[in-house]
Amino acid sequence: MSLHTLTVCQLRDKIRTGEVSSREATQSLLDRIATVDGKVKAYNWLNDDDALAQADAAKKDGALAGVPVAIKDVLNVEGQPCTCASKILQGYIAPYDATAVRKLREAGAILVGRTNMDEFAMGSSTENSSWGTTRNPWDLTRIPGGSSGGSAAAVAADEAFAALGSDTGGSIRQPAALCGCVGLKPTYGRVSRYGLVAFASSLDQIGPFTKDVRDAALLLGVISGHDPMDSTSVPRAVPDYVAALERGVKGLRIGLPKEYFIPGMDREVEAAVRTAIRQWESLGAEVVEISLPHTDYAVAVYYLIATAEASANLARFDGVRYGLRVKGDDVIDTYGKTRGAGFGSEVKRRIILGTYALSAGYYDAYYLRAQKVRTLIRRDFEKAFAKCDVIVTPTTPEVAFKAGEKSGDPLKMYLSDIFTISVNLAGICGVSVPCGFAHKLPVGLQIIGKAFDEETVLRTAHAYEQATAWHKERPVL
Amino acid sequence: MEYEAVIGLEVHVQLKTHSKMFCGCATAFGAEPNTLVCPVCLGYPGVLPVMNAEAVRKTILSGLMLGCEIARFSKWDRKNYFYPDMPKNYQISQYDLPLCKGGRVGKFGITRIHLEEDVAKSFHFAETSGVDFNRAGTPLMEIVSEPDMRSPEDAFAYLTALKEVLIGGGVSDCDMEKGQLRCDANVSVRPVGEKKFGEKVEIKNMNSISGVRRALAYEIQRQIAAVKRGETIVQETRRWDDDTSVTSVMRTKEHAHDYRYFPEPDLMPVEVSAAWLAEIRRAVPELPEAKRRRFVAHYGLPEYDAEVLVADASVAAYYEQAAAGSKNPKAISNWVMTELLAKFAENTIAPAQLAELVAAIDAGQISGKQGKEVFAEMFATGKNAAVIIQEKGLAQLSDAGALEGLVDQALAANPKSVADFKAGNAAAINFLKGQVIKLSKGKANPQLAGEILARKLQG
Repeated sequence: MSLHTLTVCQLRDKIRTGEVSSREATQSLLDRIATVDGKVKAYNWLNDDDALAQADAAKKDGALAGVPVAIKDVLNVEGQPCTCASKILQGYIAPYDATAVRKLREAGAILVGRTNMDEFAMGSSTENSSWGTTRNPWDLTRIPGGSSGGSAAAVAADEAFAALGSDTGGSIRQPAALCGCVGLKPTYGRVSRYGLVAFASSLDQIGPFTKDVRDAALLLGVISGHDPMDSTSVPRAVPDYVAALERGVKGLRIGLPKEYFIPGMDREVEAAVRTAIRQWESLGAEVVEISLPHTDYAVAVYYLIATAEASANLARFDGVRYGLRVKGDDVIDTYGKTRGAGFGSEVKRRIILGTYALSAGYYDAYYLRAQKVRTLIRRDFEKAFAKCDVIVTPTTPEVAFKAGEKSGDPLKMYLSDIFTISVNLAGICGVSVPCGFAHKLPVGLQIIGKAFDEETVLRTAHAYEQATAWHKERPVL
Repeated sequence: MEYEAVIGLEVHVQLKTHSKMFCGCATAFGAEPNTLVCPVCLGYPGVLPVMNAEAVRKTILSGLMLGCEIARFSKWDRKNYFYPDMPKNYQISQYDLPLCKGGRVGKFGITRIHLEEDVAKSFHFAETSGVDFNRAGTPLMEIVSEPDMRSPEDAFAYLTALKEVLIGGGVSDCDMEKGQLRCDANVSVRPVGEKKFGEKVEIKNMNSISGVRRALAYEIQRQIAAVKRGETIVQETRRWDDDTSVTSVMRTKEHAHDYRYFPEPDLMPVEVSAAWLAEIRRAVPELPEAKRRRFVAHYGLPEYDAEVLVADASVAAYYEQAAAGSKNPKAISNWVMTELLAKFAENTIAPAQLAELVAAIDAGQISGKQGKEVFAEMFATGKNAAVIIQEKGLAQLSDAGALEGLVDQALAANPKSVADFKAGNAAAINFLKGQVIKLSKGKANPQLAGEILARKLQG
């Protein structure tokens, strides 16, 4: 067995006992990347020497002692590029560590490289990257999902033991589903956002991609916790997520929202999800039907709030202090030329949408209205959770689509996040786990939990995973 | 037709805090450019703001000093516009829920006080421009007045009084030369008796309180002259040039910004607890106006004295300590104003020492003239009055027995003056008193000597 196929927990244990060194594991991973990444294109940046030097210096007693972890190109790692897959940050070197990254370092992780993404995390296919499209390891003609497509594809293709991504409307769960790995979006406030280049500040959250649920629990425990540098991170104790996995699902109430099993959903996807639900029932869980009546508004609300926040968040990329600068006749001209050349079309589209939504005369009708509906969506979940402990849905309505299939139609692309967006709007947590295949492509099962109840979400996922073998399936490359 | 001006002021005050509004960088004036900066105040990708609670406290304190209503729930908003001095191209400010509402400066109303972050400073060179981000992120309090002022003098009085309150509260040093206090003015004109406001013009770039007065005087005349010529005043922003003493157009309403305010998602709302508010309320210092009234009532000082002493909080505090140990607060005031004020910064005399000096004079131990000599020595050496009087042998002869002998000597040696007095020339007693003092080598208590003389001459 090659080292690169191990899970984080397996590798960590081997390093701790001295059976394997961090250098050997890192080298094995770099060899795997060298072999397959020409096809998958999961990474934007790698530095073998730097990774091996970190491996040699890694401590042997941390929670992630000596384990290489890949980082989405939207999180600052001191001394490494941080481009957000955008030309406007070409050549930019991060001057500090994101808090989540610092916690990984402190736990002994090796920060092995930067994974590809949709520019500034805006997209659902990783086609909006300035550095080329990442491919789905299960079918290289298809997209890996997005925006954290590089992280998902790297883990699925054994090019990473684990990776960090960010999820604003589904950017962890959707690509995890399409690539057949585990992707967790923690509750808003669970993980510090300090050092995560903001797309939509009230929705963004950092989370892990892993090969199984146990690894997701382990990584979540490492990166969680209150951070004085992020006022929206919550001062709340971090439970032992790994220990919580073993509690089983007997008596657990699983809610199925009727609004999520919609006509037009891929039949094979629905079949895979229904089979999974029966699996839980056989493990002693109880299934209840619930309703999330404002589901239909989620996509519209999301594209007003997220773009409004993005229009301000991305204003700092102006060529004055860092990144790309295209000189113009005066400062206004320089702004225009720099941003014109630096941003891709989807980023420009969203900046324009957000600027419009916030403009005088439109604010009340768009942004303010969207915030009110967001509150209704949050209440939908509060009411639903009175009847159930977790909510289960398909992660996506269909499997990975062909590269180029939706890139000409932004609205169609936006709808691929239809099942994940509400979770961000409500600020709660969700995980996607592999639950079989449809059309020979991975299908993801989404388990949604109450705010700060990642323990229940993870244990539900773990019980399913223990009873099935879908998470062990690997693409042939 | 007679016209009147309507003036409202927007005052920006840098708060005296150790660190910036949303990061840990130091706030200091005059440091090397771009040395007091970090990823947060430079607006680097991925950074987040963290609120400086001391700045919020100082804003609430200002609100309490100015009689504002303090919001128990307040929040932050993003104000969007592009400018190189703005690291994020949005400013974190407060839009619809400011920390303070209402309030007064003298007879002029305050609309609101909110807190925001200062911008960087631009420098323009021959070919290029540069930005110094040291100032970026300094806590900046904006105080918006009601349109209650009617003349440049009103504006001058408002600013002077406001400055006095803020300095007194330790909120800011309000040094306009260092940009710690900056003022924009909104001014319009209307016929006297008209209730509706005219179109307002905003004036920027005034660098001193007297500059504000000059700019307003110019602008009011300009607007009145224009209206009299039949022109229409348009809403616009004008820049004051202190060298040429004129205002000129910066931008018109068509070019006004749409700031696209929206709630700052990176910060939690500010909730001011009852306990915190009570704690800040206890820290509210006595306002200058109240202190002046108290000095008049409690120490029996003339209003002029109270005005002079209260103008400087440390002088007022010194006065109060000295007066507390004295039976003659007015004399203490005289000494502070005439002898101490000019060199207060170098003063070494403790308040109790001054009170002791005044007591020695009042007790007749030394004369007022000798008091000045003692004061000078005290200022130079820090010694107590008693020690100086002793060392210099200044103590007045106030022993009636000893003085009687000297009086007898003087009467015996000057029969002509005695005769003059008895003939009705009352002034002759002064000559005799002088002789007694002369015999005592200047130490005789003049009042006591006079009394003994009068008794003997009349007896």
